[in-house]
Amino acid sequence: MRRIPIHAFLPVLAAAVLPLLLAACGDRDPAPEIRPPAPPISARGNPAQDIDNLRRNVPILSEITPLPMATVENFDMTRGRAYPMQPPTIPHSIDGYQVDLNSNRCMLCHARSNAAQFQAPPVSVTHYMDRDDQFLAEVSPRRYFCVQCHVTQTNARPLVANGFRDIDEVLRSERMQ
Amino acid sequence: MRLLRRGRDGLVSLWAQFNRPARYLSLGFLTMGGFIAGIVFWGGFNTALEATNTEVFCTSCHEMEANVFEELKSTIHYTNRSGVRATCPDCHVPHDWTDKMARKMQASKEVWGNIFGTIDTREKFLDNRLKLAQHEWDRLKANDSLECRNCHDYDSMDLTRQASRAAFVHRSYLATGEATCIDCHKGIAHKLPDMTGIPQGVQSLPSLPSPH
Repeated sequence: MRRIPIHAFLPVLAAAVLPLLLAACGDRDPAPEIRPPAPPISARGNPAQDIDNLRRNVPILSEITPLPMATVENFDMTRGRAYPMQPPTIPHSIDGYQVDLNSNRCMLCHARSNAAQFQAPPVSVTHYMDRDDQFLAEVSPRRYFCVQCHVTQTNARPLVANGFRDIDEVLRSERMQ
Repeated sequence: MRLLRRGRDGLVSLWAQFNRPARYLSLGFLTMGGFIAGIVFWGGFNTALEATNTEVFCTSCHEMEANVFEELKSTIHYTNRSGVRATCPDCHVPHDWTDKMARKMQASKEVWGNIFGTIDTREKFLDNRLKLAQHEWDRLKANDSLECRNCHDYDSMDLTRQASRAAFVHRSYLATGEATCIDCHKGIAHKLPDMTGIPQGVQSLPSLPSPH
């Protein structure tokens, strides 16, 4: 009978011994995998798990489902103002409008001299006044950057509730009482 | 003097050779050969011309790549919802052959500028920006915004789908031919230079009656 050399068994041996070895050394106790119950994460997160408000209350280790992209309202209808001195909001899109040292796209239509031609609301007289109430021919430098105060509105749902009441509304409700 | 005479003799003998009827080549060979060579040369010329009419070619210059191309990237002519886009030659090179040749010849000055670094820094570019922009405005004004109209056809514009003020302005000024695209749409694909004193929009045009 031909003798079978020992090294022919080596792979078999290794296959038998290795799992045993691995099981013996090291912490092989099957640690119970503790996972928090997956929170229902919507686009608005889960306020119950108040971990990080800036991440819309979504736990750090979870991926945020982004909010749907909001589109700018573009209907050219003047909106009401929420309070007397509110800067009027822009009722059209202003994509790609260049407002910088070189040019001011807004003033192409909203400058006093062009407003009638385009039926655009002209910039208020206060915008032509410097801080000493002196009237200038051009829009005052401190009023030059329109979107500092005037902004477009999108169709996004408000992230937080708003209980603001207009002064008229307050007075009316007082009168009712 | 001797060199001059030798040169002249060389030219004369070359011309004699060129002007003599072919001695060994058949008329058929010359005709067909000329025909095929014509195809090859014209094809080669056209291919080379088209190669210089691509965005890759334009932006291979640092001046174009770092200034104007960078500014184009954020505009609607580079990226938009439907993915139709304009490349540099779509707006800056006329599509008709003769006009294209004329523009290409003008562009040789831009090669000069590139070699000698006329606008090879951002500062130099900004200093010359108004002049460069004025060239393009003048060209588009002169050809009635032909390059815009290659894609934007007034007859195909659905004014009801435009914002009301856009529709009003297009109907009153573009339809009547009182203004052409570039009169209002300056600085749509690149940033504007200092516009002090330069009429924008339809500021220079006569006022129209109110739309309402």
